[in-house]
Amino acid sequence: MTKPTTKYKTSEEVDFVIVGSGAAGGVLAKELSANGFRVVVLEQGPYLTGADMSHDEIKVLQEDLLTNHPELQPNTFRKTSAEKARPQRAVAYGRCVGGTSVHFTANYWRFHEIDFIERSRIGEIAGTGLADWPIGYADLEPYYTKVEWEVGVSGLAAASPFDPPRSKPYPMPPLPVKSSGVLFERGARKLGLHPFPAPMAILSQPRSGRSACVGCGFCWGFGCEVGAKSSTLATVIPTAERTGRCEIRPNAYAYRIATDATGRAQGVLYFDERKNSHMQRAKAVIVCANGAETPRLLLLSANKEFPNGLANSSGLVGKYLMFNTSARSVGVFNEPLNDYKGFTDSRVLHDFYELDREKVGFYGGGGLDARFDLTPYFFAMNGLPPETARWGKNFKAALKHNYTRTMQIHSGGTSLPLETNAISLDPELKDAWGLPALRVTYKDHPDDLKAIRWLNDRAQQVLDAAGAVRKWSRPIAEQEFAVHLLGTCRMGNDPATSVVNADHRTHDVKNLFLCDGSSLVTSGRGQPTMTIQALAYRAADRITALAKRGELNS
Amino acid sequence: MAEHWSAALAAAQHAHAAAQSGAAIKCEFFTAEMAEEVAAVAARIIPTDDTPGAREAGVVYFIDRALKTFARDDQRLYTEGVAKLRAIVRERFPGTQKFSALREEQQDAILQTLDCEPPVGVRPFAKNSVSQSFFETLRQHTVAGFLIDPESDRKGNRGGIGWSLIGRDTAHLFQPPFGHYDEGYPGWQPTAADEVGKK
Repeated sequence: MTKPTTKYKTSEEVDFVIVGSGAAGGVLAKELSANGFRVVVLEQGPYLTGADMSHDEIKVLQEDLLTNHPELQPNTFRKTSAEKARPQRAVAYGRCVGGTSVHFTANYWRFHEIDFIERSRIGEIAGTGLADWPIGYADLEPYYTKVEWEVGVSGLAAASPFDPPRSKPYPMPPLPVKSSGVLFERGARKLGLHPFPAPMAILSQPRSGRSACVGCGFCWGFGCEVGAKSSTLATVIPTAERTGRCEIRPNAYAYRIATDATGRAQGVLYFDERKNSHMQRAKAVIVCANGAETPRLLLLSANKEFPNGLANSSGLVGKYLMFNTSARSVGVFNEPLNDYKGFTDSRVLHDFYELDREKVGFYGGGGLDARFDLTPYFFAMNGLPPETARWGKNFKAALKHNYTRTMQIHSGGTSLPLETNAISLDPELKDAWGLPALRVTYKDHPDDLKAIRWLNDRAQQVLDAAGAVRKWSRPIAEQEFAVHLLGTCRMGNDPATSVVNADHRTHDVKNLFLCDGSSLVTSGRGQPTMTIQALAYRAADRITALAKRGELNS
Repeated sequence: MAEHWSAALAAAQHAHAAAQSGAAIKCEFFTAEMAEEVAAVAARIIPTDDTPGAREAGVVYFIDRALKTFARDDQRLYTEGVAKLRAIVRERFPGTQKFSALREEQQDAILQTLDCEPPVGVRPFAKNSVSQSFFETLRQHTVAGFLIDPESDRKGNRGGIGWSLIGRDTAHLFQPPFGHYDEGYPGWQPTAADEVGKK
């Protein structure tokens, strides 16, 4: 493969400038360049390859090889707007070509029909912004299928009785089962539940010149050396570059979307590696910078015409931030599972996807999955039973006994959209480029906490039924840190109550589109990336149609 | 697995021999005396018993390198921490100057008085060296130095000793069966229950 050399001048007006090269930005870059458009992708992080990936926990997790750096780009956090936000790392996201899809776990189930229509199904929930999406599952189904076949998703169709309808089976069989998956399946079935092979964006078979998974087990938080994880770095980005019409421009930190006197976007201002400022001109701008950085960029782009930030006539840019709730139950078994081998997940269950609000007394639902996502150091710090000695011979003995015999059940749940939970600009703290830092205001809704505790209790029952000799839970508390960044520029038909329309076009700026976690109207059940990517494929079709009709120039 | 252990033990013996040879520990940051004290504390955090511990895994070299790289902000914490540790030793065991000269039970007694802070939640992606005690920082560095990928250039987990101890194969390519419970798994089968559960 020759390294693509397409380069555009910043003064040259390309068709699209895309901010961000992650799950959504990568897909849009590939689709639009394949459709004949000239595309520049601005990625704030470096362009790494498989050879740059590492299993060094310090390099990857402590020094943020793949992620936003807390010293260069500090965050502040507060629970409510009554508090002054304090400096604290509140979000982690991918900061490299491929974005968060490089280091994610790669759970890839689809949202269910209910996710798009909860408001009309269950009615208003007072004090929340629960709303229906302007599109439904049927609108997205072809794009879910496209994701599975284009990037490569392993799984078994019709294995879950709760799965939404699908037009095509998975392109390849599920990954092999792990011991945690067998135990989870055994325990869950004893309880009358319906575990199924985890749909994963990891290749179980070689595909399109990419290797199948080699089972190293360093998925969560790490990048894949062999390209078996279906990140955009391993899949659509090389395809986009091969069109000869797409330039991926790394180390380009976007800080402002420029608009002209008529309120149209002209291009994107960014800092290069040396902190020199440039402006890439384009006929249209697409922001795919994630649910935290996308609203931040719009707020940073405030000007005379748009004093509250770009595309913010609704006042909702940055609001309705949703994290997804999550819990971990830990179990220890008699025999070695060696669950560090392989990949993270091999079994999931969706029996509790949609809880009956009348019956349980709260809104919510979620998925449970059998996993092991603790790399050696973090296992030693966080994976041992709570009363274990922290040093000395008993600590050593516990490490020796437990590491191979431990598994976790992860519960992922809903977050209600609350207008008070938000991304905004910190009034005081600045990042290393002198830009206002990202401020996060977040407090879980009581129902979200009730639901995740309820789900975690089920996880404990599954561990018991599977024969765990020890089990415990990691504490569940109000969240102050997130990797799922959703809902902050929500999609809707009404410009007064949403930021983008069903085509991902902002209501206020006709040649500005937003597509990433920020578009989500509801949170799903803890695995959003598949849906973000399906939305991106759909957005690419919509934007292509608009461009071909000449609507972006009007 | 057996051959794995023998390789690790050979490496451990080599490391132990080097550690016992009397040659001063060569460091980038530590003085020989500091290195000796830090190595002695690390050896109580992950002691050597019938299996190798922090000493054989060369944890002190990892920490020395750490203080010149990712943990350079902790240099003062170590310098002051070791000085304070020695002051405690002199106070509690008059006539003794060095922590490393104490018997193991005496060392443990001192470390117990230092380990009074509640554990700080260590979470990937969180910077974990902020406002922590000397002992907690050293504890975390010891564990990291024992369990870091031995193929990394961090100088820790010498010979893969740490991974051998916890039962982690030092290879990075694995095929099923992975563990006891997935051996002989017949493949995923739908059950009658799945049919009943259908909406």
